[in-house]
Amino acid sequence: MAIPLLEVRGLEKRFAVGGAWLSGRQRVIHAVDGVSFTIDRGEVLGLVGESGCGKSTTGRLILRLVEPSAGSIHFEGQDLVALSPPRLWATRQRMQIVFQDPFASLNPRMRVGAIIGEPLAIYGRADTAERQRMVSELLDVVGLDPAFAERYPHELSGGQRQRIGIAAALALRPSLIVADEPVSALDVSVQAQVLNLLMALRRRFGLAYLFISHDLHVVLHMSDRVAVMYLGEIVEIGPRDALHGAPKHPYTQALLSAVPVADPTLRCERIVPKGEVASPLAVPRGCRFAPRCPFAFDRCRVERPARRTVGADHEAACHLY
Amino acid sequence: MPLLSVEGLRTQFATSAGVVRAVDGVSFAIERGEVLGLVGESGCGKSVTSLSIMRLVPPPGVIVGGRIRLEDDDLLDKDAEAMRRVRGARIAMVFQEPMTSLNPVFSIGDQIAAAVLAHAGGSRHAAWERAVEMLDHVQVPSPRERAHDYPHQLSGGLRQRAMIALALAPGPQLLIADEPTTALDVTIQAQILDLLRRLQAERGMAVLLITHDLGVVAELCHRVAIIYAGRIVEMAPVASIFRGPLHPYTRGLLRCLPHPSRFGQPLSSIDGAPPDLRRVNGGCRFAPRCPLVQDRCRRDEPTLAERKPGHFVACPVVTV
Amino acid sequence: MSVIAEATVPVAVRPRRRVSFRAVFGLSVLLVMGGSAVFAPQLAPWDPTRQILVKRLRPPMWQERGLREHPLGTDHLGRDILSRLLYGGRISLGVGLTAVTLSGLIGVTLGLFAGFFGGRADAFIMRIVDVFLAIPYILLVMGVVFALGPSLLTVILVMAATRWVHFARIVRADVLSIREREFVAGARARGNRALRLLLRHVLPNALTPIIVMATLELAFMIIYESALSFLGLGVQPPTPTWGWMLADGRNYVATAWWLATLPGLAIMLTVLAVNLLGDWLRDTLDPRLPV
Repeated sequence: MAIPLLEVRGLEKRFAVGGAWLSGRQRVIHAVDGVSFTIDRGEVLGLVGESGCGKSTTGRLILRLVEPSAGSIHFEGQDLVALSPPRLWATRQRMQIVFQDPFASLNPRMRVGAIIGEPLAIYGRADTAERQRMVSELLDVVGLDPAFAERYPHELSGGQRQRIGIAAALALRPSLIVADEPVSALDVSVQAQVLNLLMALRRRFGLAYLFISHDLHVVLHMSDRVAVMYLGEIVEIGPRDALHGAPKHPYTQALLSAVPVADPTLRCERIVPKGEVASPLAVPRGCRFAPRCPFAFDRCRVERPARRTVGADHEAACHLY
Repeated sequence: MPLLSVEGLRTQFATSAGVVRAVDGVSFAIERGEVLGLVGESGCGKSVTSLSIMRLVPPPGVIVGGRIRLEDDDLLDKDAEAMRRVRGARIAMVFQEPMTSLNPVFSIGDQIAAAVLAHAGGSRHAAWERAVEMLDHVQVPSPRERAHDYPHQLSGGLRQRAMIALALAPGPQLLIADEPTTALDVTIQAQILDLLRRLQAERGMAVLLITHDLGVVAELCHRVAIIYAGRIVEMAPVASIFRGPLHPYTRGLLRCLPHPSRFGQPLSSIDGAPPDLRRVNGGCRFAPRCPLVQDRCRRDEPTLAERKPGHFVACPVVTV
Repeated sequence: MSVIAEATVPVAVRPRRRVSFRAVFGLSVLLVMGGSAVFAPQLAPWDPTRQILVKRLRPPMWQERGLREHPLGTDHLGRDILSRLLYGGRISLGVGLTAVTLSGLIGVTLGLFAGFFGGRADAFIMRIVDVFLAIPYILLVMGVVFALGPSLLTVILVMAATRWVHFARIVRADVLSIREREFVAGARARGNRALRLLLRHVLPNALTPIIVMATLELAFMIIYESALSFLGLGVQPPTPTWGWMLADGRNYVATAWWLATLPGLAIMLTVLAVNLLGDWLRDTLDPRLPV
């Protein structure tokens, strides 16, 4: 049994909010509240949820771009949380990130070639001439003309910028890439191109992805396994086909039925959860989804459900099981 | 007579880098009680079309040609005051981002009441009652209390409901909804779509739904028009367009979408990028990207022709 | 009455000419000013401190009682105005530039630190800023001048010491928003550590307000120096400065207008040129705007 590439246990991130010294009590948001999952080499784990569920924060926590409040992260066998700054810096080469907003994720004052080549320079992987060659190669790998190296980000379209972001992430040949809403800001036709690129790169370089998105169909399309998040917790996690074909958690079911499908014949009976997502400042006791859940019963409002096995490699956090 | 009739609409933007022909010969009609979807990707001209109908195109945009008729009223012929009376009372608009389209310094009750007063007059008290009534109608919980809330105190879904209440309060005949659910979470989006469907059926209101999301169109619309580079390339009833899309662009769009039947397989995509709207001339605008392109496509501008009952396509090449 | 109109390109939107008026004007004025400041000893016809009482209060040469050898007239002590303007420019420009550079270095560095690292460093630096802002600067100036004695160095130090806070606040505010932008997180993920992040990614994107601030401050420094000289707190006579010339000319505004007006014009032109040049510089350095 090979060690998983990434193993996360009980990850938590708390943010202090507002009036500590005025009102006496400090309010705390549990953006991520006890998240656990693993990713194997070359595997794509999808992380899906609505706004405020903590998926983006989780992505950044894994890379320690944000410091965890609690929990453990093991990457390639190493305890990431305990790493000293120099060791962490060295480990960064093996784990990279691609962001959502192609307009904000590239330094507007740097040329494309400099952006892509920078990690090579910082980690001393190549001298100037070699770097230029590698940058050209990377541009080619993501489907862009090497001449783009001389341009500035604002001269390119959203899809092209996104490809630059991917090229920069690939420069150091990481084993894991966190893709945080990589196609959400793109038109549908461009989205398809970038998704295809991500899939091709994964095959070619044996990459693993943590694929974060609010778009359920995109996540299902890209992932081997999918984790569904709600208000800071993973409520269901399992193989893609199992989750899609037979979702266990009521929230997953609601999510699946809520997504508008571009096919009038596939319209199914909709489970529309009542009301709104609770504020992260006033998280309900017990199961967080209980106030909106059509199947909630007494125990749900009192006791927070733990994840339990509901199928092969398939878990859900729900008292129904 | 259709409720809204748009013929040959052309709207352009004069910029220092050339004239952008954002809408270049768009024609369609909406019947009473019908929901027409206007679908396209970014920069295709769908929003500019809706703004042109409302005559709210921001400068340097100018409507340079065409006719827009609301019943038998020529909207392009009206002066500013007359158009102001049309907006709100006969045509209302709902936008994508409710936080920026609602005034942050007035309560939602005040804003709705103000709309009622502006278009129907009456007492302040009566207007406020109507505002509460509208909020209840759009299923805002505890409407009487909520009416005093300010936009920032509401969640995205509630704000959008408030926006819809605001738009519908004067009782318009036509609602233009520009990406009304794009900024919302999926489960909230489902609620809002349900709400719109219900309201539309109850009031027999016509809706022009502008969106890039074909899924939303399948949920809500009776007919769909696909717009590309400022022109309509296909227009048909919803079932017909999803069952048998004709235009190569429409087909390309539908094939791009992840679908349960092909999860994990490479998606087909449309090569290239939309044309620069400053430099388009005659000929089909989709030609550079079209898998079925022929010589005549680059020469002759295709017109919408009815190839199946009720199903119009602007492409002479495709076979039915 | 149809609303259909022609979409013609309005005049105001025509493509900008290749050469910017602002740049040309600003640069040429500053070159002239700078050149005359540097070459004052060669250009000035007279020793600026030489008093020829017999020729006091002569108007500029184009006026009735004017003298050819004193093109811009003489002051109340018979000193040549043109020479004094040239030498005074040295002080004003030199002091202004030095003070702005010093003030900018201190302010930008502290602002970068405070904005980027936040927490206690930020709180500490901002409290210092608050203290500096709260003290009336004239008091501070007087205190320093009293302690160190009035001189060129004192003036520069005191000007830098009172104005750095403006840089710090602006830079800190900008950095606070820049550091949240995704490309900074991306740069961090790709191996940039704190110092490199600050210098390579944050600072270049904070340049715009810094440049604007620097030009505004340079203009301010020139006037500031003049005010300090005017109040007797700056460089001491007989060294001519534009501020002293203004002070001296105060009493003669009605009778000998050229004593105060000419230095005033010099200040105004320089400040205008600096502002225009700063505008142009800011626009040129932004890769997103067409030149």
